[in-house]
Amino acid sequence: MIKAKTIKFGDNVDTDQIIPAQYLSLSTIQQIAPHTFEFHGNFANDFKPGDIICGNDNFGCGSSREQAPAVLQERGVSAVIARSFARIFYRNAINIGLLLVECEKADEIRHGDVLEIDPQKGVIRNITTDCNLEITPLPPFMQEILNCGGIVKYIDNRRGQYDGLECKSISEI
Amino acid sequence: MNAIEKIIAAHAGLKTVKPGQIVDVNLDYVMANDATTTLSIDVFQKELKGERVFDREKVVLVMDHYTPCCSVDAAETHKKMRQFGRDQELSYIYDGVGVCHQLMLEHHAKPGDFIIGADSHTCTYGAIGALSTGMGSTDVAVAWMEGKVWIKVPFAIKIRVSGKWPKGVYSKDLALKVIGDLTAKGATYKALVFEGEAIRDMTVSERVTLCNMGIEAGAKFAYMQPDEKVKTFMKDMGREYDPVIEDDDDASYEWILTYDVENLEPQIAYPNSVDQVKSLSDFEGLEIDEVFLGACTNGRFEDLEIAAAILKGKKISDKVRMLVTPVSNAVYMKAMERGLIGTFIESGAMVSPPGCSACFGGTIGLIGPGERLLTTANRNFKGRVGSPDGEIYLASPATAAASALYGKITDPRKVI
Repeated sequence: MIKAKTIKFGDNVDTDQIIPAQYLSLSTIQQIAPHTFEFHGNFANDFKPGDIICGNDNFGCGSSREQAPAVLQERGVSAVIARSFARIFYRNAINIGLLLVECEKADEIRHGDVLEIDPQKGVIRNITTDCNLEITPLPPFMQEILNCGGIVKYIDNRRGQYDGLECKSISEI
Repeated sequence: MNAIEKIIAAHAGLKTVKPGQIVDVNLDYVMANDATTTLSIDVFQKELKGERVFDREKVVLVMDHYTPCCSVDAAETHKKMRQFGRDQELSYIYDGVGVCHQLMLEHHAKPGDFIIGADSHTCTYGAIGALSTGMGSTDVAVAWMEGKVWIKVPFAIKIRVSGKWPKGVYSKDLALKVIGDLTAKGATYKALVFEGEAIRDMTVSERVTLCNMGIEAGAKFAYMQPDEKVKTFMKDMGREYDPVIEDDDDASYEWILTYDVENLEPQIAYPNSVDQVKSLSDFEGLEIDEVFLGACTNGRFEDLEIAAAILKGKKISDKVRMLVTPVSNAVYMKAMERGLIGTFIESGAMVSPPGCSACFGGTIGLIGPGERLLTTANRNFKGRVGSPDGEIYLASPATAAASALYGKITDPRKVI
């Protein structure tokens, strides 16, 4: 269960906005992360570690840079909610174990709303507006990767080197 | 099955696949560039505990986004990349000789291949009948290790393009028109398949422009059936050409869109999204500060030739600066031999070494607050090329050259 306030964005949040190109050559995610969403007042002024990011359609479009989900994770974003995600961002985020939540009614969530996300029950509770929003479940295969904490641990598990959560191999899906 | 499903099935070792199915595919190449490779190296070495990549002939590293280096950080990134490449004894490490996608077309990709790259525009190689798509650093690190990745077989959208190309209207105009109609998320998770008379009439270079932009509608793949022109291209590049893979009779497409280029006009994508597209006439006369001709979208010889024909013997407006970046050294050499570079310099433009240049705001050609850039690149996101308070407009090489002459957005049909 995640409970936090929302930092709100609109449609087509591209990865250049999340982390501009000139910072990608810095050596570590820790060095890059301070520049996350630096052109966005909502994030720069209001974000606190643990907060939830919420966009509308096509969140994470554009460049394939994995630094985009990585800096969100590094800054302490607890989950990203959107009506839809761009393909590469979606894959990158799951691969590194960042929680993505697809919600048809994400556009009803406002900046500053306090949300409770229960991925197991598949529901977002908007405490500020006192209503429930349904989560579109992750495909089972993606859920397995996320359950493992990302693709690296998923692969470790396939090799039998990881004793954590139970994960299925790709061929079993 | 359609041709895309057949290529996936062949790489998955399966007789058939269907949309929605998740399969492991064996990879012909894994390409990575300097914008994201250091993350892949960290994942490969520190998290996956990788020792050797799966095949040193199939892992391609390209330094193009930050070449020539403009910061110590970028130089460190390159140093780390070169060292990794040497330690792994990779056969192909390209350092400042061109944009990754052009180099893959010139030296590696072939029809029927399955290729992934750590760059969203990897979908480009569909122009010669290869299936290729962009992925992130962790997927690439896994692919370095295993030589395969998982992929969900996509539903396909067919785009049938008929008609004869009018003067002054090009592949880039069609690409922008299609993306404007599909929207930036219209093809997410899907494959775009282009066919028809107008596609057959395109040069390979023009086809590359169209497939390159597929990701701007969210597409996983952009694809065209290879033909005699691709065969000639492959021969010119000194590589083999595999038998053509064609749709079966029962090939299915989720939907089919049709276009006729005869009535198509020059198009402009306006800030800050590639799907914000209107006819150039809506922006005619808008003053600009910088023009960029280049990028994996439109930096090939044919693009430079179209622009040089417009600029020959003329001077660009003193209200603009123009930057020309050939997409690779091979293109640069040919442009020099044919006198195009001289034409650009005489017209008042700057010519830079090959690379991503002013498409990616990492090195040169940045714009300041309040400035307008007209570019042949593929993205106009806020802050993509310098100040977030600048504006970026996308157009064809002909529109770029015509606009450079007048210092404002100009219909190329007036000057050709």
